[in-house]
Amino acid sequence: MTSLPRKSPRKKLGLVIDLDICVACQACAVNCKEWNTSGHSAPLTDMNPYGKGQDGVWYNRIHSFEAVNEETGDSQTINFPKSCLHCEEAPCVTVCPTGASYKREEDGIVLVNGDICIGCKLCSWACPYGAREYDETEGVMKKCTLCVDKIYNQTLSPSSRVPACVSTCPVGARHFGDLGDPHSEITRLVEARGGFALMPEQGTEPVNRYLPPRPKQHQKPKDQTPRMLEHKGDSTDGAGLLARWVDKVLSV
Amino acid sequence: MHPAKSVIFFTTGSGAGYGMLAWLAMLGILGYQPADSAYGLVAFGTAYALVVGGLLSSTFHLGHPERAWRALSQWRSSWLSREGIVAIATFGPTGLYALAWVFFNENSTISGPMGSLGVVMSLATVYCTSMIYGSLKTIPAWHTVWTQISYLVFALMTGAVLLWFLNVLFALPEAVTVARLSLFLLALGLVVKIMYWRSIDNAPATSTAESATGLGKLGKIRLVEAPHSEDNYLLKEMGFKIARKHAGRLRKIALALGFVVPFILIVLALYGLPQFQLIVATLAVVSGITGIVTERWLFFAEAKHVVTLYYGESRI
Repeated sequence: MTSLPRKSPRKKLGLVIDLDICVACQACAVNCKEWNTSGHSAPLTDMNPYGKGQDGVWYNRIHSFEAVNEETGDSQTINFPKSCLHCEEAPCVTVCPTGASYKREEDGIVLVNGDICIGCKLCSWACPYGAREYDETEGVMKKCTLCVDKIYNQTLSPSSRVPACVSTCPVGARHFGDLGDPHSEITRLVEARGGFALMPEQGTEPVNRYLPPRPKQHQKPKDQTPRMLEHKGDSTDGAGLLARWVDKVLSV
Repeated sequence: MHPAKSVIFFTTGSGAGYGMLAWLAMLGILGYQPADSAYGLVAFGTAYALVVGGLLSSTFHLGHPERAWRALSQWRSSWLSREGIVAIATFGPTGLYALAWVFFNENSTISGPMGSLGVVMSLATVYCTSMIYGSLKTIPAWHTVWTQISYLVFALMTGAVLLWFLNVLFALPEAVTVARLSLFLLALGLVVKIMYWRSIDNAPATSTAESATGLGKLGKIRLVEAPHSEDNYLLKEMGFKIARKHAGRLRKIALALGFVVPFILIVLALYGLPQFQLIVATLAVVSGITGIVTERWLFFAEAKHVVTLYYGESRI
């Protein structure tokens, strides 16, 4: 079971995250926690939630990076949500000694079977992206399920059958769909915007894609200086009739 | 990487145990070890105690040790699974060889093929152990052929030194052969360790903050805000930093205690103080164990994981 599917799944469900739009509001992380703490790998345990050294299982975390263009000196802040990328060559799956970690043939989702996981943590060592979170209290590894219990849930309205992080994003920075289908809306979005994979040199072939932020328009120093107000002095030249009258009254 | 005590004891202990088993069978077959019952019992007993202790210790850091047997199922893809299977299978040939030695005082003729198989499987187990770490692309300091070479050489080295100690303890004339073998392996081990450190220190970066975020086109990438204010599992497990402060000094301690001091002590036992052999051999073992544990601690603590690129590292 831990061997990857012999044939790469034709359906490749995944996320596309638009770094041009994300405002780091953390809503995706919070809604992910909320849905998944009663979902497939529930609960998403918190340790010391009110004390020192709070810690807990989260599938989605939002980093903020700064990119500094060394030529122009321009800098730009990029908010960067990160969760499991559901890799095609998932190293977390092949290192698993028990078969608890697996990639689904039908849609490519990478999941952990918590009933047979021995908690050896090797999968978390093998993942370059830090997508795996160990649950200290349950002694098993947990990870993003792509809301497998939501996206196929017939009791929900069709528009709700997307991962929690996607349905909650208030700015539309997250997209969900089949990245294995060349004609799907999400694949065309990736093509149109030049979507990219993270750490391709690790050979993991992630399914998720990131859309680049639009480059900052470089401004010349002259344009950057704000408009300076000229000091008018005591002169009322150019002022209206009323203003001149008020000036006269107040100057008495 | 967080250096868990259980994993340090597992890799050093079982390594030394399999090293001893390999040398016992190899030297036994070649006629350099006596097929004596009492000696055989103590020698194989020590080797198995280390092997079993190490393997049990490796299950202590599991979240569910009672499910450890499940780790034997995925040998097709997982080196951890392969290690478990080969480790257990090695008890077969080495156990039969040990029984023939202890109960029938036979270690070089009829039991020869069984012993040879035991040698191969002992070394195969150590190789599998090294591949658990060596196969991880995410940790460039481990993803090098020096990991496999180190594990094999250090297992044979620590096994030989321990075997020499037992030869001295039993006042065997063969102690001289094992001492010379140990000297050769200590010198080889020293070279291997230095080469390992040179290779990881000079290795070009595998991944960078730019490749991790895919934002290199925009410029130099720097973390401005982490996703959480407290350390999470990833930082506790993969972001271990304590060692780096003392890494230079600890490397010297590991080299001195693990390789140089035992080498000098064995030379001393051979040519200088034959009447104090047992004391010298005991010191050599204590020094060697301390050194190799330090070496293994560094192997874990110094290794950087690429996930830390999302937490402020710039290149790994």
